Amino acid sequence: MKRFGCTNLTALALGLAFLYLPIAVLVVNSFNDSRLVTVWAGASLRWYRELANDAAMLDAASVSFRVAFLSATAATILGTLAALALTRGGRFRGRLLFSGMIYAPLVMPEVITGLSLLLLFVAVEIDRGFWTIVIAHTTLTLCFVAVVVQSRLVTFDRSLEEAALDLGCPPLRTFLAVTLPLIWPAVASGWMLAFALSLDDLVIASFVSGPGATTLPLRIYSEVRLGVKPEINAVCTILIAVVALGLIAASLLTKRSASKAPLGARM
Amino acid sequence: MAVLVSFDQVTKRFGDFTAVDGLSLDIHEREFFALLGPSGCGKTTLLRMLAGFEAPDGGRVTLAGQDLAGIPPYRRPVNMMFQSYALFPHMTVAGNVAFGLKQDGLARDEIAARVDEMLGLVQLRPLAARKPDQLSGGQRQRVALARSLAKRPKVLLLDEPLAALDRKLREETRFELKELQRRLATTFVIVTHDQDEAMSIADRIGVMNRGCLAQVGTPAEIYERPASRWVAGFVGDVNLIEGRVTAVYPSFVMVDRVGMRLRVAHAPVAPGPIAVALRPEKIRVSHAVPDGAFENGAAGTVADIGYLGTLSLYKVRLDDGLVLKAAVMNEQRAERPIHVNERVWLSWTPDAAVLLME
Repeated sequence: MKRFGCTNLTALALGLAFLYLPIAVLVVNSFNDSRLVTVWAGASLRWYRELANDAAMLDAASVSFRVAFLSATAATILGTLAALALTRGGRFRGRLLFSGMIYAPLVMPEVITGLSLLLLFVAVEIDRGFWTIVIAHTTLTLCFVAVVVQSRLVTFDRSLEEAALDLGCPPLRTFLAVTLPLIWPAVASGWMLAFALSLDDLVIASFVSGPGATTLPLRIYSEVRLGVKPEINAVCTILIAVVALGLIAASLLTKRSASKAPLGARM
Repeated sequence: MAVLVSFDQVTKRFGDFTAVDGLSLDIHEREFFALLGPSGCGKTTLLRMLAGFEAPDGGRVTLAGQDLAGIPPYRRPVNMMFQSYALFPHMTVAGNVAFGLKQDGLARDEIAARVDEMLGLVQLRPLAARKPDQLSGGQRQRVALARSLAKRPKVLLLDEPLAALDRKLREETRFELKELQRRLATTFVIVTHDQDEAMSIADRIGVMNRGCLAQVGTPAEIYERPASRWVAGFVGDVNLIEGRVTAVYPSFVMVDRVGMRLRVAHAPVAPGPIAVALRPEKIRVSHAVPDGAFENGAAGTVADIGYLGTLSLYKVRLDDGLVLKAAVMNEQRAERPIHVNERVWLSWTPDAAVLLME
């Protein structure tokens, strides 16, 4: 085990403080009994209780979770198919263009994605609301799933699929019986990543949401404009916990699939 | 024996590279056939065309008279054992063996009975519930074998099946494979780059080079009567002596090279340049001048001796500069051992050598 020197330790502490102090302040304040954010008046779960009675906030949370679930599922299916096309399709015509177009949303400014989707929805006269957010989030998160699944597929031993075909299993059933069970940790971690991304998106949702479909980040943002209520701290703390759990689960799954990959290759 | 698999003028290209070049080959029923060749000679491509993973660019592949063109791998009555074994890591040993049977929609108890029979065949019954990553290399190899045999294929294809095993296990497994093939009376086609493996296991060998068949024959035919310089050099150790045919007699020919005149048993051939292939173990090494019975002899100096236990390999430099290798069985402790830099006589009979036109 390497011992940290004094300088290193200070640098580490400063770095972590820079990253996590704001979040820590928020989390601590969510347990503050005082109505004023800046004054500590003892620990309590008061704001969590108030939150539980805030119908508007709970409604927004419910919209957010449903959007995240649906868009993550759609993005996982489409992203996995895209990853399969990229790793298995061989050198088909337009492969480079296809891979470029799959990955472009990764670096596309969200404002542009949001604005362009808004223009599209207006042009084809789709009423903005719940489903437009689902569609927009699917577009946003699809590329992340494709990246995660593709990185697993490139290390996948193709002779496993050939063995299944050889034993009389048609291609689609081979995918379901052999490929999918072996890449599922990557698929699941892609899903969780998509879920977390959808849950915390504000920019795109602000373009494509409509009346009656307010996501949690939108709700929080609009409340904060009228002044920070301690209740918001409680919401944010819960949201941080959910996203953190999702990301931890995703990284554990990726690690598991990575540690299994060389084994598959060995056999 | 009836022809089971037939390749007719089969060609396969990958971009600019021609992996298999207008190759024709018949494989008989119940035969253990080995495709032998250096890596990149097209032997695995040939096997994969039979399994259905590659489609030929030209020619036909037929199985029991049926043209296989357009038939996908999952509808062909052949099964393959992969070099990597390709065991499904998320299934147990029994699950792996049952996989192919389930695809046929067999009844549950029938599948169980067949899986049990196959695991018995490869002596893996106690390990049926294990996962592949809990097995040793040799055990995995046997699971792969059981899985590929479970559907009772008309032809079993084996792609370098023993390459991943260590040497001792490999040699034992060769005989088990041979024994299994005899017992099941199934056609086995094995791809290998290991000539010992091909020689010891196969009824017939097809030696491949650069997408073409260099020679097809029994192991003894290929070893004793190689068709070309390349086959002679690839299969086993050989001395190649370049010379010219100068005199032709009914049952033998005389080959001359500088400082040496060889008598080689052969049907009459046209005089001209030729190569003589001489296996090291067919050369006798002695201190004394050989008697007339061997008819071919040359004197030289021992340049190097390799002691290999069962035999010793002598490198002898003849007076005209040619180096010949001679392998001598160490049957008994020699009364007068041969040392490096000693003068010795090499001798061999007329039928020990083979004339090579190509």
